[in-house]
Amino acid sequence: MRGWFLPMAVALGFIFLYAPIISLVVFSFNDSRLVTVWGGFSTRWYGELLRDRQILGSAWISLQVAFWSANLAVIVGTLGAFVLTRFGGFTGRLLLTGMITAPLVMPEVITGLSLLLLFVSMELTLGWPAGRGLTTIIIAHTTFCAAFVAVIAQSRLRQMDESLEEAARDLGAGPVRVFFDITLPVIAPALVAGWLLAFTLSLDDLVIASFVSGPGASTLPMVIFSKVRLGVSPDVNALATIIIGFVLVAVIIAGWMMRRAARKSA
Amino acid sequence: MDGPAIAADTRPWRDAAARPFISVHGVTKTFGDFTAVSDVDLDIYKGELFCLLGESGCGKSTLLRMLAGFEQPTAGSITIDGEDMARVPPDRRPTNMMFQSYALFPHMSVEKNVAYGLLREGLKKSEAYARAGDMLRMVKLEKLARRKPDQLSGGQRQRVALARSLVKRPKLLLLDEPLGALDKKLREETQFELIKIQETLGVTFIVVTHDQDEAMTLATRIGVMKDGMIEQIGEPREIYETPRSRFVADFIGTVNLFEGTVEAAAPDMMRIASPELGDVLMPPQEGLTRGQQVWGAVRPERFTLSRKRPEGAQNAWEGVVEEMGYIGHMSQYRVRLASGALIRASQSNRMREEAPISWDERVWLSVPPAAFRVLTQ
Repeated sequence: MRGWFLPMAVALGFIFLYAPIISLVVFSFNDSRLVTVWGGFSTRWYGELLRDRQILGSAWISLQVAFWSANLAVIVGTLGAFVLTRFGGFTGRLLLTGMITAPLVMPEVITGLSLLLLFVSMELTLGWPAGRGLTTIIIAHTTFCAAFVAVIAQSRLRQMDESLEEAARDLGAGPVRVFFDITLPVIAPALVAGWLLAFTLSLDDLVIASFVSGPGASTLPMVIFSKVRLGVSPDVNALATIIIGFVLVAVIIAGWMMRRAARKSA
Repeated sequence: MDGPAIAADTRPWRDAAARPFISVHGVTKTFGDFTAVSDVDLDIYKGELFCLLGESGCGKSTLLRMLAGFEQPTAGSITIDGEDMARVPPDRRPTNMMFQSYALFPHMSVEKNVAYGLLREGLKKSEAYARAGDMLRMVKLEKLARRKPDQLSGGQRQRVALARSLVKRPKLLLLDEPLGALDKKLREETQFELIKIQETLGVTFIVVTHDQDEAMTLATRIGVMKDGMIEQIGEPREIYETPRSRFVADFIGTVNLFEGTVEAAAPDMMRIASPELGDVLMPPQEGLTRGQQVWGAVRPERFTLSRKRPEGAQNAWEGVVEEMGYIGHMSQYRVRLASGALIRASQSNRMREEAPISWDERVWLSVPPAAFRVLTQ
């Protein structure tokens, strides 16, 4: 039984996971206007995509959002992870642990809605952020991406030999100096991995962005979603293929970085 | 005890007027319910190579970390060179530490690792690297200055760690199991190298170790620790020859311990009645009364083995060799007496014997009364 069962299970699993994606990639090179009928190989939808101002504009917004929220998430997430792993048992530690990891399990609809309410009331009382748009999406994405970065950074900080930091203290470096000279370079691969993960998550997000975006700040997933509702056009397949390519590369690099970091610490 | 004639100034602990360089006074450290270090008093003198010896969990590392400033004592005070160390953070202390894991910075080259402390001191780059280079020459690693720590062998890493901890010329160097990760042969070589470096630089060393041989070889004095307390402080010879308790006697080297009661105490000799050995003559000791429970401790090498009853021997027993181990320079024996007691004895193999004493032979064991150490705890 063992002879055929395992390969079979693996094959079925992979088909289940990747058949839709592969068919999407294949049909992105379809010449026909009908999405489900094969009309010969062509790259015309990729060309059409480049002429679509709406899609290009939203792609640019998505990249900006992803870039800035990944940067901010790495800073916030690393600080959170550092406090949780290095400051021992302070009051409110458990609460902070919960708060930092909550966005991981919180339904996106709730995260999006609560952030929208926050931004609206902040605008009314503080006058900032004025309206919703790029800034609010960046802030919203930072909150949930920071949770992922914190988890990755925390596990790396736990693995790290704390005597490295003590040795630097012992050699005359103050605590801040130690953080920048020793801790940061040692956990850097994990932070790069965290950054790439945050970038990818932000690029993928539809639900939260829909809640907190405003006029003129539609992200790529939002544009795709609205297009699909009017019927799937082949250029969406082409766009999806490009995104899959990007995400694949980012995930592979992130995974490689994490593996390397784990190997180095061993 | 008559030691060899060494000038008194090399053993300041024997001079009551000498001022200690490091003074640990009434130090206690608790972690929650657990007491790691309990009311320790310790004076260490300039230029000493002091070993804190004990099993893992005895508090020796915690004591070392308090000296380095990584842990704050729950009670008591630590003074280094006349300066109270309370509230002085590790980066401001005149101490450096060599870590058990070596703690070499993995993203820096060997050279950068060694120069790091000097750069933090505010030294110019050129000067810092020059001094780091000198230090690496001393540990014979100048050729590997550009390598990263993960490109070095265990022994090389150990030397980088030593160079890095010495480069700032600390008043006090703390070494946490400095040779623990090396294999036996390398460890023995490095022990003597460590002593040489310590003597050349004149830095005071405190070494934490669980290895009694290491402590005996390295130390000017040893502090034996147990359950957070110091059991005994003394020169290696004192610790070995005149242990203060059964724990110390048993922890350092091999020992035969026999329980007994004082039967007669004359000023020149004491007779102990032991259920295992019968009547034993031991050296007299003050403060003991008739009927008091004591333990006699005697090292295996103090016994003499012979096939016939030795003439004039004051303490002699007959038994059967149950086990025998030939080690080369000596042989170890386990001899079972008629009372059931098992005695560990060893003989040095000075000559090539034709017919050495071997398994299942009936032998006589004898030991002079002065070889016993009488213990009351």
